[in-house]
Order: sequence, then C-alpha cells, then structure tokens
Amino acid sequence: MPINQISVFLENKSGRLAEVTKVLAEAEINIRAMTIADTADFGILRIVVNNTDKACQAFEKNGFTVRITKVLGIEIEDKPGGLHKVMEIFKENGVSIEYLYASIEGNKHPVVIFKVEDIELGLQIAKRNSLVTVSDL
Amino acid sequence: MIWNPDAEQADPKDMRQHQIENLRKLVELVYNRVPFYKKKFDQANIKPEDIKTLEDIQKIPFTTKNELRETYPYGLVATDMEEIVELHASSGTTGTPVVDAYTEKDIDIWSDSMARTLSMAGATHKDIIQNAFGYGLFTGGLGVHYGARRMGAHIVPISAGNTQRQIAVMRDFGVSILTCTPSYSLYLAEAAKEMGVDFNKLKLRAGCFGAEPWSNDMRLEIEDKLSISAHDIYGLTEIIGPGVSAECEAKNGLHINEDYFYPEVINSETGEALPEGEKGELVFTTLTRTGTPILRYRTRDITYLFRDKCSCGRTTIKMHRLYGRNDDMMIIRGVNVFPSQIEEILVQIEGTEPHYQIILSRGENHLDEIGIEVEVMESFFSDETRKMEELRKKITETVKSRLGISARIKLVEPKTIVRSEGKAKRVIDKRKI
Repeated sequence: MPINQISVFLENKSGRLAEVTKVLAEAEINIRAMTIADTADFGILRIVVNNTDKACQAFEKNGFTVRITKVLGIEIEDKPGGLHKVMEIFKENGVSIEYLYASIEGNKHPVVIFKVEDIELGLQIAKRNSLVTVSDL
Repeated sequence: MIWNPDAEQADPKDMRQHQIENLRKLVELVYNRVPFYKKKFDQANIKPEDIKTLEDIQKIPFTTKNELRETYPYGLVATDMEEIVELHASSGTTGTPVVDAYTEKDIDIWSDSMARTLSMAGATHKDIIQNAFGYGLFTGGLGVHYGARRMGAHIVPISAGNTQRQIAVMRDFGVSILTCTPSYSLYLAEAAKEMGVDFNKLKLRAGCFGAEPWSNDMRLEIEDKLSISAHDIYGLTEIIGPGVSAECEAKNGLHINEDYFYPEVINSETGEALPEGEKGELVFTTLTRTGTPILRYRTRDITYLFRDKCSCGRTTIKMHRLYGRNDDMMIIRGVNVFPSQIEEILVQIEGTEPHYQIILSRGENHLDEIGIEVEVMESFFSDETRKMEELRKKITETVKSRLGISARIKLVEPKTIVRSEGKAKRVIDKRKI
C-alpha cells in the first residue's frame, strides 16, 4: 500500500514554516516524516502525518494550497548498504525516482519515503523483491 | 526653427477654415468608401452633408480601439489597396492588433509632422540624429526616420537595444539629437558612466522622448544626466504614430499638428465635448489622411487643450502633457499591454482563472519592469519543484512571445493578493512617473 504524502506550497518568507507547524500543532497532528524542497522564490514542504485527512482539512481551512501524493515507504536495514540494496533493485527494474527522504522513525527499521514516477510499478517491484512496504508511519 | 510656418504659425481663423473644409471632405470620403463608417453614420441617422461647421463634428459617433480591432486588417482602408505603400500595427496586442495603412500622401503627412517635431527640439538639417526607437511594425522607428529624412538631417537608424554600441556610436559619430523612450535615455546615461563616457563632452544637445508616460521630474533628471534639452513627443499608431504633438523649447504643453489631427477633449462618461482648459479624454480626427483615416478616435489619454501666446511663435493649439489614462492599459518600455491579455495567457496555461497581480516598477537601471504574481492553486500545484519551475518558465515565455515583454513571474501562496470588495486590484504601479 502506498502512503499518502501531503505537499504544501510555501513562499520563501520568514515565519512561513512556523505557520505550518502551528496549524499541525493546533490540530494535534503528529509529523512522521518531512522534507522541504526550495527554490529562490518558493518551497514545497512534503510531510507524512498520522492523520492525513484531518491535516488536509486544517491546511485548507488556513488557506494553504495542498496536494496529496502517493509515495512508497520502504523499510531499510539499519546497516551499511541498506539503502543501496533498494536503489539497486529500483535501478535494475526501471523504477524512476523523483525524490526521496527519510522518515523520523520506523516501527522496527528506518523507513525511507520514495516518490517514484510510476507508483504501481514501484509497489510491484518492491513486492516481487520482498521489500517491506509500510502503509502508514 | 519652425519647420512649417504656414501651418504652425497660421492665424487660428484660417486654421479653422482649413479644418472645416478638410473635415467635410473626410466625412464624404469615409461615408462613401468605408462601410464601417457608413453604418455608423446611418445608425446615428446623419449624412455627410449634416457636417457643416466644426461643432457639427460632435454629431459624429466616436471610434474606439475595440472597433478598430473588429475591422482587422483592412476594414478601415479608405482607398484602393494599390495606393497603400506601408503598413504598421499597434504593439503588444493579442490576436488582433490595430493596423495603420499609409498611402504616399499619409507618409508625406507623417514626414512633415515629424520634421516639425524634431525642429521643435531644435534640430536642423545639420544635425546627426540617433534614432533608438525600434524599427519595424512599431511606428516609433520609421516615424522619426521619415522626419529626419524630410529635414535632410543625418539619420543614424540604430533602432532599440545594444546599449554599449549606442553609446559608442553617440560618441564616435558626434550625435547631436537622440530619440528614444525617456526611460531608455536614463539607462543610456548609466551605461555611459560605466563605460567612462562623459555626456558633458559629447555633442548631444537635445532629445525627443515618448512612447511611455513620464513626468516633469524625470525630464529634469534626463536633462541633468545627459546634459541635454529633453522634449516630450506624443503620438499613437491609430492616428499616424509619433508626430501628433510635441514640445517646443518653451516646454509648456505640446503643440498639436492640428491641421492634420483635429483634437477634442471629452467627458469620458457622457461623451460630451469639453471646452479648452477642462481636463478629459483626448479624441482625434485625422483630417487629411487617405489610407486609414479615422473619425473621433478615443485615445483614453487624459489631458486638456489650451492656446497661449507661445514664446516659440507657434500658434497651434496645445495639449498639457498627459495626466494618465482612463482605462487599464499599461505602457511598458513602449509596449502597450492590457491586464486582460495577461489574464488570457494565465487561463490558457493553467486551464483556470488564477488570482494574479501585476506589479510595475522602475528598476535601478530606470527601465520599466513588470512582475506578475500568480497565486498557486491546487489545479496546478505539484509536489515536484521541477514541474513548478517549468510552469513558471512557460508563463514567462508565453508572455514574452505573445506580448513582447519580459515579465518576472512569481508564484505566491493563495490569498497573498489583496481582494478589495471581492475583486482583486490587478495592477499596482510603483513607478514614479
């Protein structure tokens, strides 16, 4: 099962990220994974939370532009070469990665979030190669 | 020197006589040759013979820019097409520009008007005139060119752009008169400074500046930085191009070439003609043109008309330098742009109408800059920065190719743009004009 990631559009201006964390705190949402991509003018915050629907409602109520994207959460062995093993499998099977980032913590193992071009293909390849995918964090 | 004393120093009574005679001829011509005007006359229930005095012009319906677009491309041509020798088109319009078709006679009128304009700035046949207005469909370049040729002056047809070369030419050729947009003249001054070129040591002594709004303060700045006398010139493609009116050395209003271009000022709400001295919308009738003559064209420019005993000796009616416009047209580096054109582009790219705002400013280099802020909506928001950058690039490129202006596109968060009474203020003009 893929994970629902929330992307939030942010202008590069001071205090803006604090607005986001305020919205989440007030809605009692827990952040499980996050990364921010930035350009000169704007940034895109990507987060995985414990209650996606509630978080989206809170964002929309506060006038943020958000988007839900399906991403893969894959457990990585916590040892050298752990991530590389997954990358090799994706490379060999033509799973093209748009971006990736690490989650705050997994249940047992660290979880890395992958945004792949073709989510169905990504899921299939993960399953066929016995990678552990998580559907929530 | 006064280029055409017969016209420019005519007795106002004689001028009126000339105007009414030509108005009658014009009305007759367009009624018989241009279906667009015949229809307008018929709808207003007037015949050419109803126009007996100059005041009767008020019976004639106005012509608007939209109507001109509807007649694209040749709907207003009042002569056989083989008589047309040159075509120009208004700048920066989507889809349907306004076409101006010139006969040999029109080019003659244009040349004479522009020779008068250049003479008002003190130019003579001995001057070297550097024409940094763009050559092409835009009327600025060729208008100045014809005027300089008519005077027998030396014309340097350098056109717009290539700033370092402009300065080298100005210095090396001993240029004495410069023609360009006022903001570009200040840009030239800065660039010259960087190149170590001192305007005090150049032969440059006067400039004719137009095609964008500018203030008297800006004139003083230009005069100081370039060590020249700076003259405001006015014109529009729909009427002929530059050459409609210009400032003489008195710099107290622009003398209108009223033997060719009959001016009126109207109340833009009621359409009622206003007396001299009252501010309103400027309206022109081309009394003597034969290619695309035009009756009572609403310029949207705000000014008032007046006659004074001008120290230059000219007797022609004057218009105060423009106060602005009564529509939302923006003039950016000589290119005319309506906010609606930008909106069309955004709608086409995003498939929806976004909230946007246009911000006009005058940069450190004195050139006009246009910024467009677009609120990011869910319909075109992506989690990938690459896709958002591509979107921004696409808007930039489309604005450039369609409107001919380089805009800085900024993607902003929703509700960033202030809504007033539910409607966003589309244009914020930060330029000090």
